[in-house]
Amino acid sequence: MNIQFKDKRILLDKMEMQRTIERLSSEIIKDNPDIEVLCIMGIRKRGDILAKRLANILKKTTSWEIEVGVLDITLYRDDLTIYGPKPIIGSTYFPSSIDGKEVLLVDDVIYTGRTIRSALDEIMDYGRPLRIKLAVLVNRGGRELPILPDYTGISVELGEKEEIQVLLKETDKEDMVKVVEVKNGIR
Amino acid sequence: MGLDRKDLLGIQDLSIDEIEEILTTAEHMEEILTRPIKKAPTLRGITVANLFFEPSTRTLNSFTLAEKRLSADSINLSAASSSVLKGETLLDTAKNIQAMEVDVMVVRHSMPGSPHFLAKRLKASVINAGDGCHEHPTQALLDIMTIKKNFPSFKDLKIAIIGDIKHSRVSRSLILGLKKMGAKITLCAPPTLLPLWLEPFGVEFEYSLEKTLPGKDILYILRIQKERQEESFLPSLREYIKNYSLTYEKLRKFASKEVLIMHPGPINRGIEIESRIADSEYSLVLNQVTSGVAVRMSILYLLTQRKLYGSKD
Amino acid sequence: MDLKIKNVHLFDPLNKIDEVGTLLIDKGKVIKGSESSARQEIDGKGLYLFPGFVDVHSHFREPGAEDAETIETGSKAAVKGGYTSVCVMPNTGPPIDNEGLVRFIKEKSEEVGLCRVFPIGTVTKGRKGKELSEMAHLYEAGCVAFSDDGDCVMNSSVMRNALEYSKLFNVPIIDHPEDVFLSNKGQMHEGSVSTELGFKGIPDISESTVVARDILLSKFTQGRIHLAHVSTADSVKLIKDWETDKVTSEVTPHHLLLSDDEIKDFDPNKKMKPPLRTRYDVEVMQKAVKDGLIEVVATDHAPHPDYKKELEFAEAAFGVTGLETSFAVLYTELVKKGKLTLGILIKALSSSPCNIFNLPLGEVKEGATADFTIVDLKGVWEVTTDVFASKAKNSPFLGRKLKGIVRYCIVDGRTIFKNGDFIS
Repeated sequence: MNIQFKDKRILLDKMEMQRTIERLSSEIIKDNPDIEVLCIMGIRKRGDILAKRLANILKKTTSWEIEVGVLDITLYRDDLTIYGPKPIIGSTYFPSSIDGKEVLLVDDVIYTGRTIRSALDEIMDYGRPLRIKLAVLVNRGGRELPILPDYTGISVELGEKEEIQVLLKETDKEDMVKVVEVKNGIR
Repeated sequence: MGLDRKDLLGIQDLSIDEIEEILTTAEHMEEILTRPIKKAPTLRGITVANLFFEPSTRTLNSFTLAEKRLSADSINLSAASSSVLKGETLLDTAKNIQAMEVDVMVVRHSMPGSPHFLAKRLKASVINAGDGCHEHPTQALLDIMTIKKNFPSFKDLKIAIIGDIKHSRVSRSLILGLKKMGAKITLCAPPTLLPLWLEPFGVEFEYSLEKTLPGKDILYILRIQKERQEESFLPSLREYIKNYSLTYEKLRKFASKEVLIMHPGPINRGIEIESRIADSEYSLVLNQVTSGVAVRMSILYLLTQRKLYGSKD
Repeated sequence: MDLKIKNVHLFDPLNKIDEVGTLLIDKGKVIKGSESSARQEIDGKGLYLFPGFVDVHSHFREPGAEDAETIETGSKAAVKGGYTSVCVMPNTGPPIDNEGLVRFIKEKSEEVGLCRVFPIGTVTKGRKGKELSEMAHLYEAGCVAFSDDGDCVMNSSVMRNALEYSKLFNVPIIDHPEDVFLSNKGQMHEGSVSTELGFKGIPDISESTVVARDILLSKFTQGRIHLAHVSTADSVKLIKDWETDKVTSEVTPHHLLLSDDEIKDFDPNKKMKPPLRTRYDVEVMQKAVKDGLIEVVATDHAPHPDYKKELEFAEAAFGVTGLETSFAVLYTELVKKGKLTLGILIKALSSSPCNIFNLPLGEVKEGATADFTIVDLKGVWEVTTDVFASKAKNSPFLGRKLKGIVRYCIVDGRTIFKNGDFIS
């Protein structure tokens, strides 16, 4: 069955998204991480794009070539049914060994926390990082696991049948975060 | 997208899209094999039974490793320890295994169609790990994956399969798979080891190895069974070696400089292929083995997602 | 008068009768006369009356393999399929190579009291293909033919002697034409499908070379030979080229309808000997029956228990059942589709086998034996494992919807089957 969405309201437009990402990066810098061992890992899909954008800003401000990697957590998920059809597996890419690294995990939306749980499991299979922190663009509440982001773009409470859609120009032609209403579907 | 099927029985009934999906997933699985901890929790709680009614070490080990890499539980049942010897039917054996809540059965059997027979009668997913002289789909998929890594496209790729085509399940699956991908295939064997009916396969054949070698991108060498001599398919192994053994000398004299050599293993050194070639830079034999684990992981993953999370409809 | 069948469509191609009318029967014979009241009356409105069908190639498995079939269950299967006479093959355990066993089968079938059962005796002692059976004793005890069916008489000299000796009784030797060295361990027809599936094949020459031999032996000896379950185009060509009244032949419903590509699903119920041949062979078989080159349609009813059939293809036993589906499947797939006339089909199922094996034939004519089958040609039924009267379920036609339901069977003037009930 095809799920249909109806636009309800815009949370971030192009400019606001840019500003939010910039704010996130300055918060990250403010925490004085050891930039030489910082590795930004974006969770596929869209978290990896946000990770690259964050890294670019950090590179400009610190003049340091920050490592960026991609995490595909499909094989670690426990909630595939909720997302309907089987997802396509992608590869995980770590720029170098993660032993002793400061890992900054990046995702677009945090909801139940299960994706982050999977991501943590996967990272642990690769090595022993010094610390893992989490940055998200949107925190929508509804957590099912005790996981909180260290850096949050915006927080939002959603009504019944409402969903968050994050659009990024790299994959969706435009930058935007909006709330949509699910017209029909499993949820 | 997605493999919406219970079983994987042959290349014959796989669509190109399905083959592509298995290979794409396998490429990502191969990445897991490079990690420090070569294991993902994906198939936790899934139980796989490897039912091998015919001796095999390579395929069985490859499946077993694939299962372990994805955290599935697995048991192995070989013909020697099975009740088949005590007169139990194949179906009864399989149903007993299924009754122990097994989700996937990997079946190797000397009779064509045995996995198909079981698949129709069992709830568990059945993966064909070789049925008689019929099909060996996971071998063909791993071969196709190996080729894909070395060539940009299958279109007009020229591949020769050399050896005992008639009694080879590997050749059947490989021909079906490579044809689907668009490759051009030439078979080379003495007439007694070539089937009389080749029309359905759409391939060319050639009795002479010297005439087969030029212009090919890949030479796929099949294992020659010593029994063929006793069954009067060959006058002697010596005569086979004289005409069909791939030697370094023949390779340099007739084949293209960039040619690559494949072999499903185990290799009979000095019989179908000269040692020097098997170990040369021409050889993809060990790459095939690595691809094998990845392809089997991919198939296990794709078939069990349906089981874990329901089919699409 | 015993029985009056009224308003029925009388169909007797031998006597060129094809009309609605009344048939009167008394003391096992068809009679003429006034339409006075009869002890039993059948209203045949909307039904067809045919000469009772005769199968010259069945396996009732008794004695020896009663878990597959018995004379009783085989007879029920026969009657349900419209057969009033059945010739049973001697590949039992022990084989029917002595008068005692012939008498056993006759007595047992009389006890069952349904269709007529005619034993076929072996050609050689113990079906071993070496020494001739005591054919005269077997003939006098009631054998209507001789056959080592299931095995070919491979030794041509033995076959020659059998053909010569059987001239004493003017009954045919039924040969199962198969060169066992050529079919070796084959599982299905050797061709593109067997190549694709990776099965060792049974080439068509394993049949046609023996058909050629048998025809030449018959010509040489002037003995009568009946070729069992002919299946290949080359066999038909040989039969055509050597057309002689000493050589007769039969084809099974499955070889008239199914081809080797059906085996792509590895269904063990499509495994038999001779194997299903190519689509071309099937077309040649249909034409051979149409042209009268092959006179007889015989079922080769070969029941097997599930534990011998519900196996991987190569382990499953050869053989399929046929008595209960034969008429309906041929009527539905050949007659209704215009490939064969009803007249030719009925002759192939009744008068032709009776003529070759000298068996009683039901005819719509005064004084004829009252063996008849009454069929509802419009009735539709589905072939499922639940419908069989046979002990076995190994039909290659499972799942098909067929036209033609047998309503009554009359043997020797007695109604022995009525709307699904057996009356013995």
